[in-house]
Amino acid sequence: MESTRYHKLISEVEPTEMVLNMGPQHPSTHGVLRLELITDGEIVKEVIPHVGYLHRCFEKHAENLTYQQTIPFVDRLDYLASMNSSHAWVMGVERMLGIDGDIPKRIEYIRVLVSELNRIGSHLIALGTYGIDIGAFTPFLWCFRDREHIMNMLEWASGSRMLYNYIWVGGLYYDLPVGFEERCKEFIDYFKPKMRELNELLTGNEIFISRTANVGVLPLSTAINYGCSGPMLRGSGLKWDLRRVDEYSAYPELEFEIPVGKGEMGTVGDCWDRFKVRIDEVEQSVGIISQCLERLQSDLKRTKEFDPRAKLPKKIIPKAQDFYMRAENPKGELGFYFITDGKSEIPKRVKARGPSFCNLSVISEISRGVLIADLIAIIGSVDIVLGELDR
Amino acid sequence: MTFEEIKNLLTDKFGPDVILGEEPTGRQPALIIQPEAIAQVCLELRDNDKTWFDFLASLTGVDYGIEENIFGVVYHLASIPYKSSLTLKVRKYHDRNREELPSFPTVSEVWKTADWHEREAFDLVGIRFENHPDLRRILLPDDWEGYPLRKDYKVQEYYNGIKVD
Repeated sequence: MESTRYHKLISEVEPTEMVLNMGPQHPSTHGVLRLELITDGEIVKEVIPHVGYLHRCFEKHAENLTYQQTIPFVDRLDYLASMNSSHAWVMGVERMLGIDGDIPKRIEYIRVLVSELNRIGSHLIALGTYGIDIGAFTPFLWCFRDREHIMNMLEWASGSRMLYNYIWVGGLYYDLPVGFEERCKEFIDYFKPKMRELNELLTGNEIFISRTANVGVLPLSTAINYGCSGPMLRGSGLKWDLRRVDEYSAYPELEFEIPVGKGEMGTVGDCWDRFKVRIDEVEQSVGIISQCLERLQSDLKRTKEFDPRAKLPKKIIPKAQDFYMRAENPKGELGFYFITDGKSEIPKRVKARGPSFCNLSVISEISRGVLIADLIAIIGSVDIVLGELDR
Repeated sequence: MTFEEIKNLLTDKFGPDVILGEEPTGRQPALIIQPEAIAQVCLELRDNDKTWFDFLASLTGVDYGIEENIFGVVYHLASIPYKSSLTLKVRKYHDRNREELPSFPTVSEVWKTADWHEREAFDLVGIRFENHPDLRRILLPDDWEGYPLRKDYKVQEYYNGIKVD
């Protein structure tokens, strides 16, 4: 065991170099991430991430609970985007049961609506905290102010602020509350100018650009080889969005663009590009929400007879099979791999492929030789959530 | 490339013994590959411009149960240019003795992302990957005993003097 790369790196530290621990309580690591740095003065020679501080045995839990009971645990993976995570899980189970074609359109649209709201919320955190990492405090407060509206709306729908348990296998917990669509429309009208303001404040800011452009450049081939997905991959210039590639749920009927990094301020795939992709994605999500609201207020209108629990299966026992379900989360490709035996309500094995896990693994590759201050900018631009990284 | 074409491509290149079987069940058919050949097969599938599986979506270590005593690894490959995907599996009988772990060749040379995925499979399922550059536990502490996702796992009673519930 002593011959691992890690032991080799540590044992070969020169007397002029210093081993520095960043984390697990370092604020700019966005959670309990510990980075072991080998530094030469201000220059980072090597970054060794140590993860697992928030490991909560998700996969072991999932082997002991039914599919429906696991949804609250799925919500706790990426706790900033619970709706998106449970959407992915639920779609996986529905496809295994073969009922994915029977889900009423209204339910699909509500699922997409709440997922996109949650995507905006997640991106607002990413953008706001990124500002703080770089030294800009105002965007953080603005982002949290706007995110609060989203939290309140989702709480109104599901009863919880962050961990919703709203999307169920075969349906929803409840229909949207009366007046939700109107309130959501108000929010969109309020949010559009705020988004423009945020854009003016940060995206074109000269200090911000000089801190992020040409920093942490991630070439496309490296990104693919390291399994990066989501804004990380798109920031490197590849149009790859599972919402378009797999065309799941109601997305085929909705119009949206896939923003990619173009290297406007520096090189393609730098921190600024990843930031810009998130900004643009928020705009696209706003567009998706408007389209959903339009449908939900016209042909998919609420009716008295509509019951979001009508299609809930009494017993969820999928046929014996292996199934890998992937979906586009705010952070990237979230995958669930199920192995079922066809007899029990409990899966034999579940593997969660968290986007943050794969996205973070590239960090030692792209931060060799950068300054310590730039490393902070790089971590922020990866946008990790430790709940999902450690599972 | 269809599933059949991929099969033909592999048998042409590596001989008929490389595919031990297939699981056509469900929507995602899988190929069972001879364990020793998995790294070459993956390299071929990545570099051949007809398949171009440049993205390893997920790598899962599996314990198939106490009756069978079979351990395996499942690879989910995706091709970005062709928008296609493929599942590969390797499996091996192992009698669960503690000294020697079931082992498979590493694919971390083919896809760098496999580095962490394989560390996770080692950590939670107790599968060794030959020639892996950095095979350490990743999610659990370095001094943890046992492999939690094994079907016969019993949690240790005390960890560093702390009672484990």
